[in-house]
Amino acid sequence: MIDAGFLLGTMRQLLAAVPTTLALFALSVSIGAVIAGLLAWARVGGHPLLDRFARGYIFVFRGSPLLIQMFLIYYGLSQFPAVRHSPAWLVLREPFNCAVISLALCTGGYAAEIFRGGLQAVPHTAIEAARASGMSGLLLFRRIIAPLAARAALPAYSTELVLMVKSTALASLVTVWEVTGVAQRIITHTYRTMEVFLCAAAIYLVLNVALVRLLMLLEWRLSPDLRAPRPLPAA
Amino acid sequence: MTLLRLFGFGPQGWGGLLLAAALMTVAVTLAALLLGAALGALVAAARLSRRRLWRLLGEAYTTVFRGVPELLVVYVVYFGGSTLVSQIGAWLGGEGFLGLPSFLAGAIAVGVISGAYQAEVYRGAYLSILRGEIEAAKAIGMGGVLRFRRIVVPQVLRFALPGIGNVWQLSLKDSALVSVTGLAELMRMSQVAAGSTHEYFQFYIAGGALYLLMTTLSNRVFGAAESRVARSFRGGIGWQPR
Repeated sequence: MIDAGFLLGTMRQLLAAVPTTLALFALSVSIGAVIAGLLAWARVGGHPLLDRFARGYIFVFRGSPLLIQMFLIYYGLSQFPAVRHSPAWLVLREPFNCAVISLALCTGGYAAEIFRGGLQAVPHTAIEAARASGMSGLLLFRRIIAPLAARAALPAYSTELVLMVKSTALASLVTVWEVTGVAQRIITHTYRTMEVFLCAAAIYLVLNVALVRLLMLLEWRLSPDLRAPRPLPAA
Repeated sequence: MTLLRLFGFGPQGWGGLLLAAALMTVAVTLAALLLGAALGALVAAARLSRRRLWRLLGEAYTTVFRGVPELLVVYVVYFGGSTLVSQIGAWLGGEGFLGLPSFLAGAIAVGVISGAYQAEVYRGAYLSILRGEIEAAKAIGMGGVLRFRRIVVPQVLRFALPGIGNVWQLSLKDSALVSVTGLAELMRMSQVAAGSTHEYFQFYIAGGALYLLMTTLSNRVFGAAESRVARSFRGGIGWQPR
């Protein structure tokens, strides 16, 4: 029943597509983090207009499915001749870029709320203490706010990153040849649906388990204050 | 074509079809939520079990279905289910490819995923029941089933409500992926309308707006349910029942 040669060949082809999946993930998460940072800033900054814009953005991108956002960017924008004749077309004509843009816009909305939660978890006392010792502006942000906020936001952000690895599979529906897309291409040649999809599923599972392990390690490194102190050497 | 004719309810309008498709989205998500509730309760029970094997199985379930792309789960359920149905068909003397009905495939796929998330919600809710209440129930002589029915279930449902709301939103958006099986839900209908009128932008905006409407409405419903349920929570020091 189990055809080891076929599975091996399939696995090799699918593994060759892993870099595309990882590139989609890395690019969209980095761009998304910048968007999320700006949105979180707008949310806590206190300017009513910026706050309202950020709320609207977050509502739209968290409230609708990523697939429809991706189709809107890939199929919807190319409908307008003005877009096709603009310099933006150099970017938008590639399905890979459209996938990255829609993934980034979407994760930007989700991560913005996570970052905002992290920022609001920074204790006022820490900020007051820093101000009392003369820190302000960028130094205060870099030394006090950012590390504390990052530590507070990390668990929720880890969940978001796992969701993003899974979301890259949607890029196959706008003809990007990442792992899921390649799996479908193999199936149209061989008609062996289950074996191929299960191989692809195994790859995503390994990627996600590795990612979760890495993030757990990072979380442990970032929270020395929560660990039990090292036992003192016996006197 | 003007917008009114495009989205209207006339013979050339897509308005009625889009609304019907939105109802289909709600139907498939509801079916998935119910299946997910049953699966989630079982998996949560397995993860809380005293037996190591059950705990491992429960953990494997949640890891796999939260770690594999939803799209792949939809494909595997749809094609795997269809293979199974075709084989049963062949035994009964039929021939050729028989598809698993796409509504069923979609509800199972989204339900299995939602079950993994619901399991975590129920597990957390169970763990937040005060031990003392279980002990009290034992002390006044309630048996296992009665204790479960009278003490555990009502509290788990209350504690789990916000989590269930989140899972519902997640499933509502996952249900868009069922469009790949050809089920005429909102995503699929937006695609069909966009393709046949070549007005991609308008129809994806309209589809997206309907999704936003559904998520907003369900937010309201869950919010109302949560504040209703909150009336029965224990208060802090100095809390007076109203």
